[in-house]
Amino acid sequence: MADQVQLTVNGAPITVPEGTLLAVALARAGVPRFRRSVRGESRAAVCGMGVCFECRVTINGQPHQRSCMTLCAPGMEVKTDE
Amino acid sequence: MSNPAAAPPAACEILVAGAGPAGIAATCAAADAGKHVVLLDAAPWPGGPVWRGVSPQALPRAARSWLDRLRRSTVTVVPSATAFDVPAPGRLLVETPSGSRTFAWEKLILATGARERYLPFPGWTLPGVFGPGGLHSLSHAGWPVHGRRAVVAGSGPLLLAAADGLRQHGARIVFIAEQASWSRLARFGCALARHPGKVAQGMAIGTRLLSACYRCGWWPVRAEGTDHLERVTFTDGSRTRTCACDILACGFDLVPNVELPRLLGCTLDGGFVRVNDFQETTIHGVYCAGEPTGIGGGDCALVEGRIAGLAAAGRAADARQLLPQRHRWHAFRRALAAAFALRPELRRLPEPDTIVCRCEDVVHSQMLGWDDWRSAKLHTRAGMGPCQGRTCGAAAQFLYGWDCACTRPPVFPVTVGTLTATTPNPEP
Repeated sequence: MADQVQLTVNGAPITVPEGTLLAVALARAGVPRFRRSVRGESRAAVCGMGVCFECRVTINGQPHQRSCMTLCAPGMEVKTDE
Repeated sequence: MSNPAAAPPAACEILVAGAGPAGIAATCAAADAGKHVVLLDAAPWPGGPVWRGVSPQALPRAARSWLDRLRRSTVTVVPSATAFDVPAPGRLLVETPSGSRTFAWEKLILATGARERYLPFPGWTLPGVFGPGGLHSLSHAGWPVHGRRAVVAGSGPLLLAAADGLRQHGARIVFIAEQASWSRLARFGCALARHPGKVAQGMAIGTRLLSACYRCGWWPVRAEGTDHLERVTFTDGSRTRTCACDILACGFDLVPNVELPRLLGCTLDGGFVRVNDFQETTIHGVYCAGEPTGIGGGDCALVEGRIAGLAAAGRAADARQLLPQRHRWHAFRRALAAAFALRPELRRLPEPDTIVCRCEDVVHSQMLGWDDWRSAKLHTRAGMGPCQGRTCGAAAQFLYGWDCACTRPPVFPVTVGTLTATTPNPEP
């Protein structure tokens, strides 16, 4: 079995297999939206290849990170827009 | 403060940008010819959107063997590396998780691939609406689709591949809508006769999808739902049909990623990078292979990649041997473009309040007030968000007939830290 990685999403801890894409971890954790748009609409992953920037989240305080291009790492603190 | 970009650049004989099929083939060909090759890719793993993250059992045999060949090679693969600037001839600036790095190259092979073309229609920004290729790679990476009702729409061979991938992961395919007409697809079918492998591939997928409803000459006009997709309405120009669904995978063929070639000064013809028989661009020592030279699919990209890798490694005679194969795939490429040309009705999809630029939430009526891309950008902020117009630029090109090429560094958004680290500080 692959090693497990623990991270937090909006403060709640989740555990995923090592090598899991952050976008996938968020979807599996049931996160309804990844970000809110300029006029407040819910948005989530679209292109899955780092081009459309709709899956942006805040990782360890750094905003606008593409979750579809990021692997989950131990202790990562992830925030999506409320 | 550490300043990685000011450190001596990592030097190599051949630098390859992009680890999809073209980049992997180029890398392996050049490495086998004894060259010191570095392969960069923006994603955490090589393979490009088509192969990346797919379990070995689910990969086509050819893909598996190329990835194995790359793993066995002595090549330096640099993942999570986004090229964003060309600070000097023979140099590429790259952002990595550990900061920015400069790579010095003697020959550069651009294998930057393509992205999907998304066209705006009411509701296309709802969560649950994906690109077919996007959802294909996300579902292979574990995105939950099991038991979900999925509809696939847009244009291109990718629709069938995406539908097949979704089915394999347990989604229920409710409807597949290809905007191209039956007559165009029939002509494409005839052209395919020269590529028996493609016919077999298409028929195998078609058989597996028999239970799904596949229609040509249908396209989506509206997606609806409260904070998440609930249903999609389609038309064939006279009739309409509404499908309740959880997922819409919608994309209208592909557009090439030519930002980096443009930044390097490569000449483009009709939006694609101009190359000679050896895949060399108009810039000496800079080669380009795969989708940026014309949308031809993975097999075409593999041949072009091998030619580029061999030519860059000084093996012109070996590269020349592959020209007949390339010629055949270029015929396939022309057939693809003719079959999946977009119908003009799609220009009428957006309503006045439909968002066109998803980064800045600029709507169709705002865009209509301007004559060209530059004016629209300056006055509405369309194309000025993080994606730098990669999504709305391709849409605006189709919708309004604008030339949406606009390339200046950084060609990908990078942190201010990266930018300041790459600007040499004057000595005190």
